[in-house]
Amino acid sequence: MERLKVDLCGITLDNPVIPASGTFGYGYEFAELYDINILGTFSFKGTTREPRFGNPTPRIAECTAGMINAVGLQNPGVEKVISEELPRLKKCFGKPVMANVSGFSVEDYAYTCARLDTCPQVGWLEVNVSCPNVHGGGMSFGTDPASAAEVTRAVKAVTAKPVIVKLSPNVTDVVSIAKACEDAGADGISLINTLLGMRIDLKKRRPVIASVMGGFSGPAVFPVALRMVYQVSRAVGVPVVGMGGVSTAEDVIEMMMAGACAVEVGAANLVDPFACKKIIEDLPAAMDRYGIKNLKEITEGAR
Amino acid sequence: MKNSIFTVTENQNIARGTFRMRLSGDTGEMRPGQFVNIKLDGLYLRRPISVCDAEDGILTIVFKTVGRGTEKLASAEPGEKFDLLTGLGNGYDLSKSGEKPLLIGGGAGVPPLYMLAKKLVEAGKRPFAVLGFNTADEVFFEKEFSDLGCAVTVTTTDGSRGVKGFVTDALPAGYDYFYTCGPEPMLRAVYKAARTSGQFSFEERMGCGFGACMGCSCRTVTGYKRICKDGPVLEKEEILWKD
Repeated sequence: MERLKVDLCGITLDNPVIPASGTFGYGYEFAELYDINILGTFSFKGTTREPRFGNPTPRIAECTAGMINAVGLQNPGVEKVISEELPRLKKCFGKPVMANVSGFSVEDYAYTCARLDTCPQVGWLEVNVSCPNVHGGGMSFGTDPASAAEVTRAVKAVTAKPVIVKLSPNVTDVVSIAKACEDAGADGISLINTLLGMRIDLKKRRPVIASVMGGFSGPAVFPVALRMVYQVSRAVGVPVVGMGGVSTAEDVIEMMMAGACAVEVGAANLVDPFACKKIIEDLPAAMDRYGIKNLKEITEGAR
Repeated sequence: MKNSIFTVTENQNIARGTFRMRLSGDTGEMRPGQFVNIKLDGLYLRRPISVCDAEDGILTIVFKTVGRGTEKLASAEPGEKFDLLTGLGNGYDLSKSGEKPLLIGGGAGVPPLYMLAKKLVEAGKRPFAVLGFNTADEVFFEKEFSDLGCAVTVTTTDGSRGVKGFVTDALPAGYDYFYTCGPEPMLRAVYKAARTSGQFSFEERMGCGFGACMGCSCRTVTGYKRICKDGPVLEKEEILWKD
């Protein structure tokens, strides 16, 4: 449907709906349920240079209108992603996929991105400088403009694919970090990653999450995410991918009115595995309700 | 995995803090040891509950009230509808049971063994069942297991019913294989005490329940596994205990 199409760094998406990294695995669990080719694209599980088991369990906590996760970047490592996950994905997903990358040093990011640059299936590199769940890693790069810029430059030097830098909301000034990434050559910005949070088990009198804190996501964070998308999209010239608590077609439209050109859907996939399918199906009627002819014009109007 | 709506047909308090709920809906493809993931109003994450029985469009679950989710379930009235993901997890492998399998359940770990016992009996096996509880008022399903034709032993920690002690104090002689489900300290004790191979069903806090979020991963001899998708049932030989 033409009116749902949007552009993301020079690649046309059939619609702006993108399952967010860490909530969609490498796609197969969902491909058993519906044809995932209906998606704009999806961002696969955060991938690192070496395989990682991640954090001890419990890694999950219930919250009001949301959840906390502290998975800690469990993934099979970039070589296995290239040799096993991507060939398997090819059988159920024919579109360019977004490769989500994390690292523990600038060299790690560059190495992993250089490896994924060789994969024709990968359309975009989403560089996660914002994982709250790894000590001394991910998020420290995303909480300082100079470090975020350094990662961006290093990655841009090894890939011709569009680089989208995924930012953390756990900062005092997200705009300065977004601008630093843009200046360093980022082709796009995505935000927000999860908000650092915690819960305590009253009976046990200790944190629910084994590693104490984790990333809070779900509908409760939507207004915070929307505000940051609004701020960043007015400050940078590159496309912005909005995410954080998006659960309905109306949320997608609202994110785009705040300035996002595409929208990632995270926690909602875990509660309702059909969430993205429903959002895509609901979009035309929701657009009609608000007099929107095509989605592209909302973002352009907002910016 | 299937996603469908189930309607509560009955919800009964069968022991202290323990409820048996029956729901009508699509019970196709539910195997012993699998679980369902239930959406509850006002709670964000679904709640995973093991399948106690599933036959002819009637799903039975038996659960203990341990928190907000199970308390909501306990207060559900007949006619109430729930959104369920069904057919989750690998379930028990019945092909390894031998002629005289032993089923070892502890508390809220007893229910999934019921459907397993039923299927084993239907296949002509003669299961033993050892069911462990804390106290007499928490005991349930003794009669249900013996009605199926299992040789049942009940244990209670305080000795108020059956054998005083833990399930491992009452393991019968002459079993060929075992299946177990219960709290982790019990599973560890069974692991040490059992003289044959067997299968263990594990519990973990889950995000999605269908393998997408990596929230419930564990390490095993054969690599990382997701309790919700590659488990909850693991073979004895592949278990690596945490610390």
